[in-house]
Amino acid sequence: MEETIRKVLAEYARLGVDLTSVDREADLYTLGLTSHASVNVMLGLEDALGVEFPDDLLRKDTFRSIANIEAAVGGLGPAEG
Amino acid sequence: MSAAGTDPDAERAAFRAELLASGLLVQAGVDGLYHRSGAFERIVRGVEALASRAAAGHGGTQLFFPPIMARDAFERTDYLRSFPDLAGAVEVFRGGDAEHAALLLALDHDADWTELLTASEVALSSAACHPLYSTLTGTLPEGGVRYEVQGYCFRHEPSIDPVRMQSFRQHEFVYVGEPDAARAHRDEWLARGAELLASLGLDVAIEEANDPFFGRAGRMLAANQRATALKFEITAPVSSASSRTAIASANCHESHFGESFDIRTADGLAAHSACIGFGLERIALALVKRHGTDQARWPKPVHEALRA
Repeated sequence: MEETIRKVLAEYARLGVDLTSVDREADLYTLGLTSHASVNVMLGLEDALGVEFPDDLLRKDTFRSIANIEAAVGGLGPAEG
Repeated sequence: MSAAGTDPDAERAAFRAELLASGLLVQAGVDGLYHRSGAFERIVRGVEALASRAAAGHGGTQLFFPPIMARDAFERTDYLRSFPDLAGAVEVFRGGDAEHAALLLALDHDADWTELLTASEVALSSAACHPLYSTLTGTLPEGGVRYEVQGYCFRHEPSIDPVRMQSFRQHEFVYVGEPDAARAHRDEWLARGAELLASLGLDVAIEEANDPFFGRAGRMLAANQRATALKFEITAPVSSASSRTAIASANCHESHFGESFDIRTADGLAAHSACIGFGLERIALALVKRHGTDQARWPKPVHEALRA
C-alpha cells in the first residue's frame, strides 16, 4: 500500500521532493503540501485504493505523513457502491 | 424591531421589507440583486472613505476593478476548487445570421436562448483582490507591495436575506511579499478594522472564518481552515439579532497566490499575501440596522466618521 500512497503523492501533492525516497514519517506540510493539493491527494487516494474517507478523517493530520495516511487507510473498508 | 428568539428567516424578510419600503434598496427582479438609492450609496462612500483614512497614507497604490476579470486569471485563483457553486463566468453570442435567427426564435418561444451562447475570455470576479495578482507576476521589490483595491464581487447564492447579495463591493487592503509581513498585515488590519467598525456604534466581534466550502473536497478544505486559523471575520448582527453576519474579513493566503501567479519575493521565493476586505454593502446595512433607515437621525459622531 505504501507504494500506491507514494505514487498518489507523486501525482497530486506537487512537492519538490522525490516521493520514492521521502521518509514515511516526514511532515508533508513542511515539505510544501498545500491545502488544495492535500484535497487532490485525498481524492486521488480514494480512487487508487477504492476507499472512502469518512468525515472524521478529513483532517489535516490524516495526510501529514505517509505513515499517517497508511494508518488511516488501514482502518477503512472498501467504498460502497 | 427584532426580538431575541425570533425566527432568523422572519427577521431577514422583515429587514428586507424595511429596506425596500424606505427606498434605500430597490428590488431588481431576482433575489439578491438590488439597485442602491443615493442615500444608501452615500453610506457606502462614507465607509469607503473611512477605511481609506484608516490606512493613514500607507494603503499603497489604489486600484478600482471592473466586475469582470480575465477568465485565465480567475481560473488561477482556484476559486472553482473551493466554491464552484458561487462562481460565474460570462457567455457571449458569437454566431452568424443563422444562429441569430435561432436565438430570436428561442426568445420568442420562451425557450432557452442561452444555449446559443459560448464561453468568453472573461469571468465575474469573486473577490475584490483576485484581479490584482496576475498583474504582479514576476519579482517583487524588497519588502513587498501594498495595494488598496475595490471591486464588485459576484456570488451566486440567491437569498431573501438582504446581506446576501449576488453583486456587492469589497474594499480591500492587500499586501504581497514576505511571510511575516503578510501575517502582520492581516493581524494589524483585523484589529484596526474591528476598532473602526466599533467606532460606528456596531456590536462587532472577531471570529474564525467558517467558509461554506463546496462538496466532499470542501469538507477537507473546511477542516484545514479550522486547523490553520488563517482567516478571521469581523461580524455584527445585521439581518438577524441571533445570527451574526461577517461584515469584513482578514485572510492570510500564505503562498497560494504567489505560487498560482508566479509572484516571487526579492530572494526568489513564492510570495505570501494577505488582505482585509471590508464588505461595503454589508457594513452599510449593519449601520442601517443599528441606527435606522433615516440617516438624518443617526448619531452625530457616526455622521462625522462617515464624511466622504
